[in-house]
Amino acid sequence: MNNPYLPYPVRIDSVITETEDRNLKTFKLVFLNAEDEKKFAYTPGQFGILSVAGLGEIPIGIATSPTEQGFIKFTVNKVGKVTSHLHNMKAGEIMGVRGPMGNWYPWDLLEGKNVVIIGGGFAFTTLRSSIVYMIDPKNRSRFGKIDVVYGARSEGLLLYKDELAEWEKRSDINMHITVDSSSDPNWKYNVGFVPAVTRQKAPSAENAYAMICGPPIMIKFTLPVLTELGFPPERIISSLEMRMKCGIGICGRCNIGTEYVCKDGPVFTLEQLAGLPVEY
Amino acid sequence: MPDIYYTAKENFAGVIERLMGRYRVYAPVKEDRCHGFAPLRSAAEADLGFSNTRLSPKGLFHPQAERMFEYSLAKDDPQAGIVKEAQKDFSPRVVLGVRPCDAKAFDLDDANFNTETIKDPWWVRRRETTTMIGLACDSPCSTCFCTSMGSGPYDTAGLDVLLVDAGEGYAAEVLSEKGKNTLEVTSGWSPVTSAILPLTHKKKAAEQSIGIAFDPAAIAKKPMLELYNSPTWEEVQFACINCGACTFVCPTCWCFDIQDEVCGDKGERLRLWDSCMFPLFTLHGSGHNPRSQKTQRVRQRFMHKLKYYQDKYNSGPACVGCGRCVQACPVNIDIRQVGRQMVSQGCSCPA
Repeated sequence: MNNPYLPYPVRIDSVITETEDRNLKTFKLVFLNAEDEKKFAYTPGQFGILSVAGLGEIPIGIATSPTEQGFIKFTVNKVGKVTSHLHNMKAGEIMGVRGPMGNWYPWDLLEGKNVVIIGGGFAFTTLRSSIVYMIDPKNRSRFGKIDVVYGARSEGLLLYKDELAEWEKRSDINMHITVDSSSDPNWKYNVGFVPAVTRQKAPSAENAYAMICGPPIMIKFTLPVLTELGFPPERIISSLEMRMKCGIGICGRCNIGTEYVCKDGPVFTLEQLAGLPVEY
Repeated sequence: MPDIYYTAKENFAGVIERLMGRYRVYAPVKEDRCHGFAPLRSAAEADLGFSNTRLSPKGLFHPQAERMFEYSLAKDDPQAGIVKEAQKDFSPRVVLGVRPCDAKAFDLDDANFNTETIKDPWWVRRRETTTMIGLACDSPCSTCFCTSMGSGPYDTAGLDVLLVDAGEGYAAEVLSEKGKNTLEVTSGWSPVTSAILPLTHKKKAAEQSIGIAFDPAAIAKKPMLELYNSPTWEEVQFACINCGACTFVCPTCWCFDIQDEVCGDKGERLRLWDSCMFPLFTLHGSGHNPRSQKTQRVRQRFMHKLKYYQDKYNSGPACVGCGRCVQACPVNIDIRQVGRQMVSQGCSCPA
């Protein structure tokens, strides 16, 4: 019987500091055993559990898309015991990963639709996975227009800055990058909070789904904007976070009502959340 | 035609000895002021004249502390940091004298540990290699309410064999192939045909001695959010001190934590009982806590047992009416009373 608690051994291939406050680092991981990479076949929206022997485990969204072969990437925020140790680890060191965990963004429903992606701060990781997946030549024709609103407090706190700039140049995706405020006269993009920029760019809700990930305050103020624009609750998709341990719906701690965020989520539509207790 | 056998009580020590020859046998054993399930070192240790154990036997399938994995952290060890399975003993076991409520509880726990897509390998192997020989209750306690929760003093759910105390001997009803194979290891049993009648009377007497608590089906019918948003939770949580005793003794409380422990250059990953009653249970790394308030935690426990589990698995509540939480709670919170409050949520009687 396969043991879902046993991590696949991986080697850290590279560590990149993403943000100017150095609190976010992207880890590129390579499986020690080739067959483990096949077993880890994942879909954008899912997460993995990173395991550091001697410290513990943490649930982190998968930042790569399955269209990127040979490695997986996770962007980790430094908040506590495991993440602090992880931030001090270097290329070449060994750790573990379990997964893929959870459900994924509803790609079957998104076929032929326009997709509006709204992200804030470091919640952008599974959204990166989704964007890379959608604009891959094998997949692009499956989707309509793609609009992305992504903002952070300042330029230095945006993730994946090189990729954002590249996507901005493309014609098959509309990037609206924003910062809350800027004192940089050379800042080429938007200035303003994500909800305000969303309202300003007013992506159409016609035949469209909205995918939103970000800090609670951003979500709180962006949801009314999406509703105004005409997105019904069943077409607004969000990904939640919870304290997790097993990641497989057994240890009992990450529930919202009947749903385990690790197994029945983390992706939920607003319609689903409306039927659950507000305990998140 | 039920498969029933009989053996005189004077044979029973021999039955236990034969079992011990082939299996690791766990039975209720006297511990100071109460009973607990323990591995038998001799047949004489088994004490079937007990009401129920203070702690449920859930530790037999879900140990309070379980070594999941081991790893080396030694510098220059090429295997350092790689997590490996710890050795486990899954040799066949018999749990002898488990009460029907506890046996049913493990069936309820199966829904959590053994799903279509994800299986907990240790729970599943232990369940597969363990024969459950139950003992029917003839003297339920005042805190028992199994009959309201879909179980009963003579209920057979989750059992491979059900023993009934028939005065001078035990009657054994064989309920499964596994039970049959286990009993065949022992001897001294003779098939029973007509002696069943007195047992039916005892079953009825035991069932009727248990008061009616509340009807969980009525809770299943109520909308989840209506129960969740009820103002009565303020009242329920008032006395609670979040000690966690209820979760500790409960056979359907399975929540656990995973922690790494290091000593020198070796470490282990442990699974440890945890409790939704504790504030840290849901604390995020960011400092946010969806259940920072005691009311939220108390509500979660009862909603999970009596509502969420029913909605999720459609097989009744995650409660078997064993009454241990009622006995253990230091501030006398009674789940039967909470259940009644949930049943009457939204009702208004004319004054």
